[in-house]
Amino acid sequence: MIRLEKRPQPSRLMSALTPVLAVVLTMVVGGMLFWALGANPFEAIRTLFWDPLFHPQFAAYSRPQLLVKAAPLILIAIGLSIGFRAGIWNIGAEGQYIMGAICGAAAGLAFYPSDSVLIFPLMILAGALGGWAWGMIPALLKTKLGTNEILVSLMLVYVAETILGSVATGLLRNPEGMGFPGSRNFKQWEAAHNAEIFAGTGTHWGVVAALIAVIFAYVLLSRHMLGYQVRLTGEAPRAARLAGVNPARMILFCLGLSGALAGMAGLFEVTGPAGQVTIDFGSGYGFTAIIVAFLGRLNPIGILLAGLLMALTYIGGELAQLMLGLPAAAIQLFQGMLLFFLLAMDVFTNFRIRLSQKAAA
Amino acid sequence: MDDTLLRIDGLTKAYPGVIANDSVSFAIGKGEIHALLGENGAGKSTLVKMIYGLVKPDSGVMTLNGAPYHPAKPSEARASGVAMVFQHFSLFNALNVAENVALGMETPPPMRDLARRIRTVSETYGLPLDPSRTVGTLSAGERQRVEIIRCLLQDPRLLIMDEPTSVLTPQEVDILFETLRKLQAEGTSILYISHKLEEIRALCDHATILRLGKNVGTCVPRDTTAREMAELMVGSSFATPQARATEKGAVLLEIRDLSLPAPGAFGTPLRGISLSVRAGEVLGLGGVAGNGQDELLDALSGERLAPAGTVHLKGSDVSRKGPAHRRAEGLLSGPEERLGHAAAPDMSLTENAVLTAAHRKRLVANGFINWTRARTFAEEVIARFDVRTPGSGTAARALSGGNLQKFVVGREIAQAPDVLVLNQPTWGVDAAAAAFIRQAILDVAARGGAVIVISQDLDELMQVSDRFGALNEGRLSPLRPVAGLDIEQIGLMMGGAHDMEVADVNAWP
Repeated sequence: MIRLEKRPQPSRLMSALTPVLAVVLTMVVGGMLFWALGANPFEAIRTLFWDPLFHPQFAAYSRPQLLVKAAPLILIAIGLSIGFRAGIWNIGAEGQYIMGAICGAAAGLAFYPSDSVLIFPLMILAGALGGWAWGMIPALLKTKLGTNEILVSLMLVYVAETILGSVATGLLRNPEGMGFPGSRNFKQWEAAHNAEIFAGTGTHWGVVAALIAVIFAYVLLSRHMLGYQVRLTGEAPRAARLAGVNPARMILFCLGLSGALAGMAGLFEVTGPAGQVTIDFGSGYGFTAIIVAFLGRLNPIGILLAGLLMALTYIGGELAQLMLGLPAAAIQLFQGMLLFFLLAMDVFTNFRIRLSQKAAA
Repeated sequence: MDDTLLRIDGLTKAYPGVIANDSVSFAIGKGEIHALLGENGAGKSTLVKMIYGLVKPDSGVMTLNGAPYHPAKPSEARASGVAMVFQHFSLFNALNVAENVALGMETPPPMRDLARRIRTVSETYGLPLDPSRTVGTLSAGERQRVEIIRCLLQDPRLLIMDEPTSVLTPQEVDILFETLRKLQAEGTSILYISHKLEEIRALCDHATILRLGKNVGTCVPRDTTAREMAELMVGSSFATPQARATEKGAVLLEIRDLSLPAPGAFGTPLRGISLSVRAGEVLGLGGVAGNGQDELLDALSGERLAPAGTVHLKGSDVSRKGPAHRRAEGLLSGPEERLGHAAAPDMSLTENAVLTAAHRKRLVANGFINWTRARTFAEEVIARFDVRTPGSGTAARALSGGNLQKFVVGREIAQAPDVLVLNQPTWGVDAAAAAFIRQAILDVAARGGAVIVISQDLDELMQVSDRFGALNEGRLSPLRPVAGLDIEQIGLMMGGAHDMEVADVNAWP
């Protein structure tokens, strides 16, 4: 008989070890999956994790992609993790990401074709504000009416997607685009282009913002009173009230912050890698960031690593589709497995296995 | 014919790092009321959990009625005739009495039959209870009756009662004792867990005393003094709180006609509470649980804001100020619930020190926490209040109840409060730690602080208080000096009967 026994206090070792174990288990089970699909499992795993960085032919293209893909994931996940730490579940980062992109792009396009250096900072600000405002909807509904922020923020994603469809083909459509949907291409407008800072590395301003966010969140959570109150609210809401934390203000802060960061991520994406506001510019970063946040143990440094890892599986997944002919669904399954094993391994942080001889009657 | 009902032989249970029960043996006779006595952490709970099938012993045997007895789960224990009334009730507020009883049964009879049986049992044993009442509207004493009746419906041969009187008024205790004696007369054995020595002397035939997981002695309580039993329990004599000079200073905290609606469906509204506490004074507030104690603490700590003009701290109105402001001004509070309210379970003691001491102990500068100062403060509390823990990095939930209580009470006292409000400061704490905490409370008053102690332990209130009042349905009885109060008067104050006419004239226009 195997029994789970609660540990007297959470194991720090297991807490640090679970992401590693989860990755290893995902590789093993994922390898078996690929094997069942007819691919060589070792080759598949190598294609997923190794080739994007070191393949003689593809690495030059895929290595910069790593930062391009990781930056929005990390930026969004940092915001989400602070809310999750406080027990405030913003599931709608995808919507805030889209609204940030729309608002930021619109603010910039209003000044087209100005070449002022202030255009790009203005767009970042407007993007953050757009995401913030979209996050404030579930926040205000929760504080004023007691609605559930999980449902409201999630449903607002679909509202945002509808708005995106509308503006991409209407309000923001490129007047010189010969009727094609989509806004002007920011890559062709230097003042608003989120270009690479160091050519060939994928380092755009979103990468810088993500790094700043990681440091900011780390300091906030480990040293600052506000971060302490965030953690306290998540762990013991009544104790937080005793400490003088205003729960409504905490909700507004967390949803506002995660919305603003997601909005910024959207703006960086739309002015950089995506280039223009199109119906489908978002690649589900807002949802994947939830996995990244948990994979990183809601810890800023962990999220940095988890974001890079997740970006790697994205790029490796594309390579595997191309080179090994693996179906896209298998890659998604592989990514899903990662979260699955993480949550499963997580049990061992608070519990340990006990083997008992006698079977329960 | 052997008239032993349950024999326990060499029962041992070890948890990682601690031996909860070390080869404990004793026997309970048929129709005997047997007391199980011990400090918190002595292993009483583990022992009864093994008898009730919640925990499996590592070694040792139990015999029930001559047959080997090793229940793997509570339902097997119940089938063998062992029933248990827990200290904390497991009842659903929104359901009525009969529905709650039915939920605990494997095959509940039709509701009408069940209601009839509940009525019969409640009349037979003198436990008045209406099966159709919603549990949320019952007093703590009545809730306990639901639990007892739930057990009695199974015709138990052994009834285990875990600290049953901690939530009762003296009058309710008398009713309970009558019921237990009636059960005893019918041949039911009772295992009675308590640390209230006078009760055990009044009720029990034999007592087994546990200390650090070991059986340290069996005695006949009627022939043993409370002091002797207490010393067996603790293993050494402990200091009784010292009374201090009675000089009272200025009024530090004043509440004027404080009324607050109930915080939820089953909370208690506060109705027109007025009181004042002076420097150097301890005000004891008694009352049966659920009569507004938690609500009063929340209104004083600032977790719930009060109507303007109702709460005055050192002459200024703080009714509309939150906990941080009140704390900065010298009003500190310690809520009843240790885990989750007074402390965050998964945070370390250092982090929990920041919880209420951030401002007063200057653990925060410019919004940044100084963890070195926080650790120093936590270690100071640990040392001064004799908190047994590996260190300040230990998670709060890893501490035993008594040790965590010493920490959270100590955390407030170490901040030199002007006004200190504590709810159940020694709840679930062993005798030595309780004496220590009471002494610390008296020291706060001696230093010129004003203290309000809310407690359900009347002995404790009589020991530490200068004046006494009781909460009943959110109303506060008139405050009386403790000197000269007897247990009858206190019971009436708690029941709300005393000065009823006067109170009624005031309450109902």
